[in-house]
Amino acid sequence: MEATTYNYKVVRQFAIMTVVWGIVGMLVGVILAAQLIWPDLTFGIEYLSYGRLRPLHTNAVIFAFGGSAMFAVSYYIVQRTCQVRLWAEKLAAFTFWGWTLVIVLAAITLPMGYTSSKEYAELEWPIDLLITVVWVAYALVFFGTIIKRKTKHIYVSNWFFGAYILVIAILHIVNSMELPVTLTKSYSMYAGVQDAMIQWWYGHNAVGFFLTTAFLGMMYYFIPKQAGRPIYSYRLSVVHFWSLNFIYMWAGPHHLQYTALPDWAQSLGMVFSLMLLAPSWGGMMNGIMTLSGAWHKLRTDPILKFMVTALSFYGMSTFEGPMMSIKTVNALSHYTEWTIGHVHSGALGWVAMITIGSMYYLIPRLFGRESMFSTKLIEWHFWLSTIGVVLYIAALWIAGVTQGLMWRAANADGTLTYSFAQVVNTMYPFYGIRLVGGAMFFSGMLIMAYNVWQTTRLGRAVNDAAIPQAVHA
Amino acid sequence: MSDFTSGFWPIYISVLTLLSIIGTWVFLKKQTTRKLVPGEKPELMKHTWDGDLQDLNNPLPRWWLGLFYGTMVFALVYLVLWPGLGNYAGVLGWTSLGEYEAEVKAAEAKFQPVYAGFMQQDIATVAADPNARAIGKNLFLTYCSQCHGSNAEGSKGFPNLTDGDWLYGGEPETIVATITNGRNGMMPPMGAALGEDGTKAVANYVLSLSGRKHDAALAGAGQAKFAENCAACHMPDGTGMHALGAANLTDKVWLYGGSEAAIIETISKGRSGTMPPMTQTLGTTSNQEAKLHLLAAYVYGLSQKK
Repeated sequence: MEATTYNYKVVRQFAIMTVVWGIVGMLVGVILAAQLIWPDLTFGIEYLSYGRLRPLHTNAVIFAFGGSAMFAVSYYIVQRTCQVRLWAEKLAAFTFWGWTLVIVLAAITLPMGYTSSKEYAELEWPIDLLITVVWVAYALVFFGTIIKRKTKHIYVSNWFFGAYILVIAILHIVNSMELPVTLTKSYSMYAGVQDAMIQWWYGHNAVGFFLTTAFLGMMYYFIPKQAGRPIYSYRLSVVHFWSLNFIYMWAGPHHLQYTALPDWAQSLGMVFSLMLLAPSWGGMMNGIMTLSGAWHKLRTDPILKFMVTALSFYGMSTFEGPMMSIKTVNALSHYTEWTIGHVHSGALGWVAMITIGSMYYLIPRLFGRESMFSTKLIEWHFWLSTIGVVLYIAALWIAGVTQGLMWRAANADGTLTYSFAQVVNTMYPFYGIRLVGGAMFFSGMLIMAYNVWQTTRLGRAVNDAAIPQAVHA
Repeated sequence: MSDFTSGFWPIYISVLTLLSIIGTWVFLKKQTTRKLVPGEKPELMKHTWDGDLQDLNNPLPRWWLGLFYGTMVFALVYLVLWPGLGNYAGVLGWTSLGEYEAEVKAAEAKFQPVYAGFMQQDIATVAADPNARAIGKNLFLTYCSQCHGSNAEGSKGFPNLTDGDWLYGGEPETIVATITNGRNGMMPPMGAALGEDGTKAVANYVLSLSGRKHDAALAGAGQAKFAENCAACHMPDGTGMHALGAANLTDKVWLYGGSEAAIIETISKGRSGTMPPMTQTLGTTSNQEAKLHLLAAYVYGLSQKK
C-alpha cells in the first residue's frame, strides 16, 4: 500500500541536532577567538590547544551544523515537493545515526591530534570510509525519492540538492585517497604541488557545493514559502544553476596564487573565479526579487529578515571572493585575517543566517505548530546575529589589510619596517572586536535554543504528516 | 616549459578552457529572451509544488547579462596577455619567476649603495655607527628575534646576546661564523654514568662553582666526579670551552636554569641546542653578505656598550 504520510521523524532529528551542533561549533569558535587574545586560556592542555580546536571548530560548523541542516531540509523539501514519502526510510534513519557518529568521532579524534592535515578533510581514513557509506545512503534516499515523485517537474531546490550530493561524493572520494599506515594514520596518495592542487580543488568546491549550492536549494524553498510569492525567474534559476556548478569547478587554484603551482593554473583559477561573480549574483537576485510585492513583510517578520540578510551577505562575499582571487589583490590579502573575515561573512552571514531563518520556519511545523514560541526572541536573535557578523568581518577587514600592509612595508635601506611580533601586537584590538562579534552571534544561538525548547514543549512531535492527495500539474 | 609531461596536455587544457568560455557564452545567448515591454506581466509557469510554490519567468536581467559577458571578455583578454592556455606564454611574456627576479634585481640595485660603505669597514667600526645599528636592529627583528627575543635577551634554551657571556666566543669573526653556519650544542646525558646520587653530588659541585647555595658535603663528593666526567669539556676549573660551545659554569649565566633541579635535569638528560645556519634565510642576493655583516656588527655591539 502506498504511504499517505511524509516522514518527519528524520527531519526533526536532524533539525534539533542542527541547533545543538550550531551551539557546540560556535562555542569552540568563541574559545579560539579568545585564545588569540589570551594564548594560555586553556592552561596549556594539549587537547584544548589552538591547533587541535581549530579543525574541531571548522568541522563542527561546516559538517555538523551545516550538514545536519542540509539533511533536515533536503529530506523535508524533497518529500513535500515530490509529494511522496521518503524512499528507503531505514537508510534515511541510518544516515542520521551514521552522520551523528561521524561527528562524535570527529569530536574525539581531532582534539586527540589525529589528523590527515588536509584542511576541511582532517578526519582520518576510517572516518572517511564511514562518511562515504553514509553519503551513498543519503544519495540513494534522495534520488530514490525523486524517482518515485508524483509531481511531473522537479522543483528547483532539488536540482541544487542533487548537484550538492553528487559533487560532494566526488570531492570527498578523490581528495581522501590515502594510504593507511595504522588505524589512526594515513598518507595522501598525492605528493607536492599536485597534492596542494587536489586539496584546494576539494577545499574550494566544499565551499562551492556544501556551503553554496546546498544552501541555495534551502533558500529556493523557504524564501518563496515565507514571502508567499512565486520565484522571480525560472529562467534565471536554470541559467545560474548550470553556470554556477560548471564554473565553480575551475576556481580552486586561486587558493594557490604565487605558490609552486604553475602560472597557467593560477591564471585559470583567477579568471574563472571572476566569471563566478555573475552566476553567484544570479542566485542572490532571484531570491531577493522573489520578495517583490512582499517587501512590507520585512518590517514585521524577523524570519524573512534573516533570509534577506543572508542573501545580502551571500552577494557581498561572492563579490569579495572573486576580487580576492585577482593576483595583485591576493598578494596583499593572502595569509592575512582578511581571508578569515571573508570566510565568516559567508559562513555566518550567509550559511548560518539562511539556516537559522529556515529552521524558524521548519521547527514549529515539525511540532504541529504554525509558529515558534516567541517571535520577539527571533527578533532579538536577528539583531544579535547581524550586529555580531558586521563587527566580526569589519574587524578582520581592517586587521587583514593592516597586516598585509605591515608585512610588506620596507625601509629605505631595504629592511622590513615591522617585525612579525609587532604585527601580531597590532592585531589585539581587532581580535577583541572579533571576539565580541563572535560572542554576540553565539549568544543568539542560545536564545534560539531556548525558543526551540519552549516550542517543543508547547507542541507535539509530528512523526508523520498527511500527504495532500491532489497532484498539481 | 617543464609543466607538462607530453605535448597533449597543453592542447587539452587550452581547448577545454576556450570551449568552456565559448560554451558558457552560447548558453547565455540562447537563454536570453526579449525584455518585457513596460506594463507587461511576466509569465507564470504552470507547475505548482507543495501547495503554493510557483515560478514567474522573468527574462534574464540585462545588467546581469552585461556583468556575465564582461567577466568572460576579461577572461579571454587576460588569457591572450598572460599565461593560462597550456604552455602558451601570453603576449606580455610575464612569468611569476620573471617578476620575482626583476624585483630582486631592482632591490639589489637600489640597496647596494646603502650597504657599500659599511662593507669597507670592519665589524667593530660598523657596530659603532648608529645608522648601521638601526639597520642591524631591523635585520635582527626580522631574522633573529623569534628565538633570541626582540630585546636579544633570549629565554630558556636561547642565549642572551647582551650579557657578554659567549658559548662559542664573541669576537667578530666568531659571530659571523655562528650566524653563517649555525651551531649544534650538545651536552651528552650523564645520568647513567653518574647514577642518581652521583648526579646530585655533581650538581651541588656545579652550584658551588658560581658561589650559589649548595650542600658542601655533596659538593665535595661531586668534585672528583666532575673532574672525571665533565672537565674534558667544561675544563677542570669549570670555565668552559669556546671551541666546543661548553658553557662556563663559574659565572651566573644559566641557559637552562640554575636551580638544583634544573641542573640535575641538565646533567642526567643532557641538552641539545640548535642555532640554524642563516645563510639561506638571509636570501640569495648579493646583499646577503651585507646583511650578514650588519647583523654580526649589531650582535657584536649588543654586549660592547656595557
